[in-house]
Amino acid sequence: MHIPDGFIDGTTSAGAVAVAAGGLGASLRRAGQVLDERRVPLAGLVAAFVFAVQMLNFPVASGTSGHLLGGALAAVLVGPAVGAVCVSVVLVVQALLFADGGLSALGLNVVNMALLTAFGGYAVFVMARRLLPRTSSSVVVASGVAAAVSVVISAVAFSVEYAVGGTGTAAVSTVAGAMVGVHVLIGIGEGVITGLVVGAVLATRPDLVWGARDLALGRAPADSVHEGVAS
Amino acid sequence: MKGRSRGVRFGAFIVGGLAVALALAVLVSPSASNDPDGLNKVAMDKGLADAETDHALDDAPTAGYQVRGVDDERLSTGLAGGIGVAVTFAVAGGVMLMVRRARRSTPARAVQQ
Repeated sequence: MHIPDGFIDGTTSAGAVAVAAGGLGASLRRAGQVLDERRVPLAGLVAAFVFAVQMLNFPVASGTSGHLLGGALAAVLVGPAVGAVCVSVVLVVQALLFADGGLSALGLNVVNMALLTAFGGYAVFVMARRLLPRTSSSVVVASGVAAAVSVVISAVAFSVEYAVGGTGTAAVSTVAGAMVGVHVLIGIGEGVITGLVVGAVLATRPDLVWGARDLALGRAPADSVHEGVAS
Repeated sequence: MKGRSRGVRFGAFIVGGLAVALALAVLVSPSASNDPDGLNKVAMDKGLADAETDHALDDAPTAGYQVRGVDDERLSTGLAGGIGVAVTFAVAGGVMLMVRRARRSTPARAVQQ
């Protein structure tokens, strides 16, 4: 999902830098309000984990792979604002250290893979939780759904950027159709993996899951732990 | 087995989580699929990839998730993964620490600097 240099024209890329800077600035301000002592190392861990899983490309169709974007996962674990910052750090490290994702496309990539997945994914998570019972299993299911949808949101965002400033000659509808099609498949993988990871954290330290704060898990007896394992 | 209702200690959770991230990046990532990801595949199929220009940092010592000088491809990928996990943890943790400190010092001296 990393956009390389040259796919999207300079004007559109510069516009995306402005959007990314605005979104990241707001996220950092919000992060300052919610970060307590424990969430600092926790956010570091979430970013490191997202970096690791982004390296794990899984096959989705003939000759095509996908990897976790991790924005929805990060948002469920540490909140959308801190989560967006975490994934942005991952994208910067990837671009500067590993030449993955174009430097001129960094704004686009932050918008698509950090801001939209974290905030868009978290919005889906909140909606899904409203429709589901107030249990930790619901948190797992809602995380998976949010993660799956977040990948499609990201694919749609690229298609919009291609429509605005794409340098290629292929029709926008062709690109958008192909992007959404393959990312529905990748999204299913992202949803399953995200659900598994959130389930694992709920099983070990449910009190650390931002998206499950309302359930006050972890202080209560161990039933919540068992539920987390089962789901 | 679980004596504590709150599960593992916070420090143990962070260390354990980092160990899992390192294991995934160092040991598992060399076995990940080498096929192009969704966007790259679409770009190749639909002719977008022709427009791709070189990355300015293609000569970086860890470009392409390969550590220069390490010829074994799997080892090289794993090493790059380990470096990435460590650097990402440090940078993200550092950013969060600064954000938290900035926030706490704001009321006292809001306009300075």
